[in-house]
Amino acid sequence: MKKQRWLVLLTLVLAVGMVLSACGSSNNSGNKGASSSTDTSSSPSSSDAGGEKLAADQTLRINFAADVPTFDPAQAQDNQAHTALNLTYEGLVRVDASNKEVPGVAESWEPSADGKTYTFHLRKDAKWSNGDPVTAHDFVYAWQRVLDPATDPAPAYSYQLYYLENAEAYNKKKITDFSKVGVKAVDEYTLEVKLTNPTPYFVNLTSFYTYFPVHKSVKDNPKWATDPSTMITNGPFTLKSLVTGQSMEFDKNPNYWDNADIKLNKIKATVVNSSATEVLSYQNGELERAGKPNGDIPADQLPILKDQYKDEFKLDPVANIYYYEFNMKAKPFDNAKIRKAFSMAISRDDIVNKVTMGGEAPAFGFIPPGIKGAESNYRDEYKDDFFTEDVEQAKQLLQEGMQEAGYTTLPPITLIYNTNDNHKKIALAIVDMWKKNLGVDVTIQNQEWGVFIKNRQNGDYQVARAGWVPDYNDPMTFIDMWTKNSGNNDIKLDNPEYDKLVADAYTNSDSKARMEAFYKAEKILIQDEAGVMPIYYYTQASLTKDYLKGVTIDYSGAVDYSRAYLTEHK
Amino acid sequence: MSLESSAAAKQTATLTPEDFSKISPADKNSEVIHRESISAWKDAWQRLLQNKVAMGALVLLLLIVLAAIIGPRISKYSYDTNDLLATNQKPSAEHWFGTDDLGRDMFVRTWMGARISLIVGLSAALIDLLIGVIYGGIMGYFGGRVDEIMNKFSEILYAIPYLLVTILLLVVFEPGLGTIILALTITGWINMSWIVRGEIMQLKNREYVLASRSLGAGSGRLLFRHLLPNAMGPIIVTLTLSVPNAIFSEAFLSFLGLGVQAPVASLGSMVNDALTGWMYYPWRMLFPAILISVTMLAFNIFGDGLRDALDPKLKK
Amino acid sequence: MVRYILNKLFYMLVSLFILISATFFLMKAIPGDPFQSEKKVLPEIRARLDEQYGFNKPLYEQYLKYLGNVIHGDLGISMKHLNQEVSDLILKTFSASLRLGIVAIIVSIIVGVLLGMLAALYHRKLIDNIAMVLAVLGIAVPSFVLAALLQYFFAFKFHMFRVVGFENPMDYVLPVAALSAQPIAFIARLTRSSMLEVLHADYIKTAKAKGLNWVTIMFRHVVRNGIMPVITYMGPMTANIVTGSVVIEQVFGIGGIGKQFVESITNRDYTLIMGITIFYGVLLMLARFITDLLYVIVDPRVKLSSRKEG
Repeated sequence: MKKQRWLVLLTLVLAVGMVLSACGSSNNSGNKGASSSTDTSSSPSSSDAGGEKLAADQTLRINFAADVPTFDPAQAQDNQAHTALNLTYEGLVRVDASNKEVPGVAESWEPSADGKTYTFHLRKDAKWSNGDPVTAHDFVYAWQRVLDPATDPAPAYSYQLYYLENAEAYNKKKITDFSKVGVKAVDEYTLEVKLTNPTPYFVNLTSFYTYFPVHKSVKDNPKWATDPSTMITNGPFTLKSLVTGQSMEFDKNPNYWDNADIKLNKIKATVVNSSATEVLSYQNGELERAGKPNGDIPADQLPILKDQYKDEFKLDPVANIYYYEFNMKAKPFDNAKIRKAFSMAISRDDIVNKVTMGGEAPAFGFIPPGIKGAESNYRDEYKDDFFTEDVEQAKQLLQEGMQEAGYTTLPPITLIYNTNDNHKKIALAIVDMWKKNLGVDVTIQNQEWGVFIKNRQNGDYQVARAGWVPDYNDPMTFIDMWTKNSGNNDIKLDNPEYDKLVADAYTNSDSKARMEAFYKAEKILIQDEAGVMPIYYYTQASLTKDYLKGVTIDYSGAVDYSRAYLTEHK
Repeated sequence: MSLESSAAAKQTATLTPEDFSKISPADKNSEVIHRESISAWKDAWQRLLQNKVAMGALVLLLLIVLAAIIGPRISKYSYDTNDLLATNQKPSAEHWFGTDDLGRDMFVRTWMGARISLIVGLSAALIDLLIGVIYGGIMGYFGGRVDEIMNKFSEILYAIPYLLVTILLLVVFEPGLGTIILALTITGWINMSWIVRGEIMQLKNREYVLASRSLGAGSGRLLFRHLLPNAMGPIIVTLTLSVPNAIFSEAFLSFLGLGVQAPVASLGSMVNDALTGWMYYPWRMLFPAILISVTMLAFNIFGDGLRDALDPKLKK
Repeated sequence: MVRYILNKLFYMLVSLFILISATFFLMKAIPGDPFQSEKKVLPEIRARLDEQYGFNKPLYEQYLKYLGNVIHGDLGISMKHLNQEVSDLILKTFSASLRLGIVAIIVSIIVGVLLGMLAALYHRKLIDNIAMVLAVLGIAVPSFVLAALLQYFFAFKFHMFRVVGFENPMDYVLPVAALSAQPIAFIARLTRSSMLEVLHADYIKTAKAKGLNWVTIMFRHVVRNGIMPVITYMGPMTANIVTGSVVIEQVFGIGGIGKQFVESITNRDYTLIMGITIFYGVLLMLARFITDLLYVIVDPRVKLSSRKEG
């Protein structure tokens, strides 16, 4: 028996030892910034007009919810790459805080009279991170690389360059001579670009990563973009280290031409795919910024964080739309009146105010605010008043639709969405509204991403969740996806008038006329055909420490940290 | 040996007829065992009945099952009706367990969730038990080539990415409880079979098995009368653990969007849904989480009692 | 012995072949592909990608080609992490999971076996009950909840650790705690249950009767015999833990292989799915092989009996 006691003792000693070692550690390490975290919300923001003092340690800490799949501008396609490439590269122009084009590698540029030719004058002091000068040839090389049919793997975003004359033909192997494509290095520092159609937003486009230059050394090393030591870049920062699924570190690039304006020395990124953890990490003083576009804030916490962190919580409207697609080839949604009834029978206000709670704007059109129109915003010029929510009218439309289609009862309806808490909540809320307002039972089905997207793109669905992020700042990016032959036309809209409006808008250089065409097209899509059910225009929720300044978010929600800085703080 | 036998020989040598006497017929049955012959199962049951803690756990389990059946009915709310004017409400007289992010009554949802979780957990565990014990028993008992091949088969099945199998099952079959149970059991039994195999391999060389074998017992009898009952301890432990395992695997599948379909929820998926805001709406996580824990606790205590009752070696 | 190992090796290769084949066709049977996104790739580009990755060839050709590559030790290039060698990705992410896993396994075994022994020695006493309630809690609280609670209290409330990070030793504490709770519970219960059996076995009574030293009885007989089910469990458990936990790796921001595997499936990153499956398969088979060897080493009867009969 005594010996048993000895064993108990041993166990206790071991257990106590573990606890002690755990406690002991907390006193010295692993607790950086904890003190500053406790009550940042109440500390007054240091806006002593002009007397802003920079913090000694200019290290920015942010989170990416997923790995950056590639650091090759030609291959990038997602949010995470967008943020990383905005740090490591610079295109001809940059977009500033007010969404205006400002000089990047190009010092100046001018369009020709017909709006089809642009001449970019490159600055002579732009350098690659290894000291080589950035020349017009680097752009030509990069763009050729995107369009070259031999590039392996084929860049999915090559269509972003189809504005260039003959670019599409070259990319699709209809011509083989790249010199026919509309980009030419007139000399080392002059780049001439010829476009197929006059494209008013072309200069803005060159700030997009597919248009970034790449260093010629990439030719000999297909793996160059996987290892920081072989990445030669021209942006304000260089990638210092990369641990897959865990962390990234960016260092200030001393060779960047404008490095006097770059105040951050280092950017450290974690890779955490849990919104709750990200927010906790922010609250604990381990991040200077949390939330979209690279991470997320759980919807459950939005209303509380909004109050708790009044000065740090931000909701930026971005030009993205959340909507449901009706499969116009599937029963019962092959009937316009039934589609319209479903769209009119929900309360978008309730969804944004009580379900998503992210301050989103209810959508009654398809083109979000923030997209440029003829002079100002498209949405300011053309209101999205294509329909109103009206339960009584919806019921009547449903009756009429059912009569037209010869139903006494509707066939079973299933709504599909991909795995995501928000999608689930919205689906549950909408299905409940349909049930209450129309008396229609709709089954909801959660599908794994790959299965979901396949079903939606193949037309194996009745109603499906969808969202759209613009490729460029023009209504076209929301409109040309619904033409008959578009690969993204999952609702199978087939309306010749619509297609004609889009074709006209492509070739028309008159801003006003183009916008007019877009409005007519939007009207067909939403009011006449009701093929999509717009739900809301997105906002991006984020938390930013009051001492982090100079972060810019563009119209589409992409973030640029390159001009950010930290002011003095506790 | 030699010493003893010589002593015995000496004794024999000194025996005389006077040492023997006739026994009366009344003593003839003295060799018969008087204790009533009871089967192993009956015996186990009686011992289980005496274990008050285990019986308490069993009663608790039955109560939970009962509540899962009638709980949703005694409330005026339905598990799938939203009330956007009453989202995230604290527990009150109106909503005993509060409401969730869509204003659905948590009391009804918790018991509905318990129903789903119990169905999933119990059926998956029982199927695991059945397949695992038979498969593992055969592997462990026969050994050699049979073991080698069956063992490898289970290893291959275990190594095939489980998520791929689940995704495919959900594409091929209608999403629903049956498909989820199938997805959970398709590899779930393997662990049980390995535990059983290990136990049997160890037990089959024991003396009593040898004795039984030399008395002519067949493989079936050996396996089911001697080996498996003696391996009951680890089997029951594994079984009581595979209930929570199945319940949490289902929660993990919900996490990936492969679990039960909303608005139906399991306890696991409810906990999962509540996780992002638990510090602000603790009741949304607390009630389902407590119910899971209590159920598991009861399962385990009952499992322990069952183990003790079934173990022939613990007979007093 | 050499023959025994060669024989095992042969079976392993056959199983591996079956595993590769089954997974390959299973993977291809599932809807979706690596090039899918909300925005559909242009048909011309799509066709080119199919050609570059060989997806335009008949399935059996793709399979044979893949098999050929694997035989030459080439696991290919990831389709999502562009231009990254699958073998590189596996090694890098596995090293993170391994580091975490080894600590978790050691902690699980020490704490689990000690808890189980205590419970067995004090069968039906207070210590037994406390140990078992702890063990049940370890099982009843799912790891995603445990991880969140640990982060909230020990990192955010008590400021003892960082919420996210995997660099210095202190960063290991919370993920290890979350990761080992369930194995501890499992091991404790298994140990308790089998030790109870052993404690009542005749040879222990004999040993006690012989007046053997208590420590000798405990470690020579009780632990050695009582640990068998733990060893059985340890094979798959070790394989399980070192192959990473998605939840823990996601929540604590650890670049482990578990997270990578789930992501590869969501992304339909075919080469990575296959690579990790093969890697897991080999690990699992090795772990099971070692388990079988351990049986022979730890349990004297398994070895003795085969000699006696021979």
